[in-house]
Amino acid sequence: MIVSSALMIWKGLMVITGSESPIVVVLSGSMEPAFHRGDLLFLTNRVEDPIRVGEIVVFRIEGREIPIVHRVLKIHEKQNGHIKFLTKGDNNAVDDRGLYKQGQHWLEKKDVVGRARGTDTVDSVIPPANSGTVELRNCVPIKKFVPYIGIVTILMNDYPKFKYAVLFLLGLFVLVHRE
Amino acid sequence: MNTVLSRANSLFAFSLSVMAALTFGCFITTAFKDRSVPVRLHVSRIMLKNVEDFTGPRERSDLGFITFDVTADLENIFDWNVKQLFLYLSAEYSTKNNALNQVVLWDKIVLRGDNPKLLLKDMKTKYFFFDDGNGLKGNRNVTLTLSWNVVPNAGILPLVTGSGHVSVPFPDTYEITKSY
Repeated sequence: MIVSSALMIWKGLMVITGSESPIVVVLSGSMEPAFHRGDLLFLTNRVEDPIRVGEIVVFRIEGREIPIVHRVLKIHEKQNGHIKFLTKGDNNAVDDRGLYKQGQHWLEKKDVVGRARGTDTVDSVIPPANSGTVELRNCVPIKKFVPYIGIVTILMNDYPKFKYAVLFLLGLFVLVHRE
Repeated sequence: MNTVLSRANSLFAFSLSVMAALTFGCFITTAFKDRSVPVRLHVSRIMLKNVEDFTGPRERSDLGFITFDVTADLENIFDWNVKQLFLYLSAEYSTKNNALNQVVLWDKIVLRGDNPKLLLKDMKTKYFFFDDGNGLKGNRNVTLTLSWNVVPNAGILPLVTGSGHVSVPFPDTYEITKSY
């Protein structure tokens, strides 16, 4: 009952925002001090919204699985709407050209996975990881808007044994709980 | 409610709900505030060169140099839900090659608690002002605006443009001798 309503809320969010992962957790420090590890980001991906400088976009580099959350630094848009843009992490000294594919100088609309529209700050107790890219993982959709759930996701990512322990305990709880 | 475990469980669930309500309250009390303030911008020097774009695609492109002043009082924007402002000065213009170009020339992070009064003179740009092609030469209308991204503790991340912008014309010739 709980699981199915959580799933419904998650899928509903996916439809409303148009993004395949509407709530994500920030995993590294390249957008500090705006976003720290453990913060939640709420994304939308409405294709009609034009990309403009200053916006925080979530993009995926061709051939890489992990999405990156950085700010748009430069855009060049043609008359027909075709746009090419450059990004940079707030906490990085240089723009992202070093992260793009070999020979790739710009990102295009097709690389964008979502736009960061809202945030939920969490006071994280996790020590900062290497800056470079802000990596994201799907938040466990048990409760949204709840502080500290971000930390759980980070712990589960950094220590996979913890993830198995949590899943095992959850499964045990569901079986044992009598209601 | 007669075991430590069930008491701990309901306490935990209750505190989670309280925190969720607080977070939502933080968001909703500041969601509709107007985050814009007047900004005064002034450009004191413009220079134009044409070099190979060493920051990216190695084609000969226009490279602009601008020296500017910024005056703004950001004090009224900060409240309990604003963690920081990410300020950025962007140049917007249009060329034969591209209908719309926007380039961020300079940015600054102002945290809650930092001095909110901005009074910067003779600032050089932080990032290279390369055009995608040769569209800056003789461009009469390059508009500079100061905008900011309001980063809250919890809530929406709006992009706000300060009221007050300046349009500058770029020279018709390239500077070959002077260095910046």
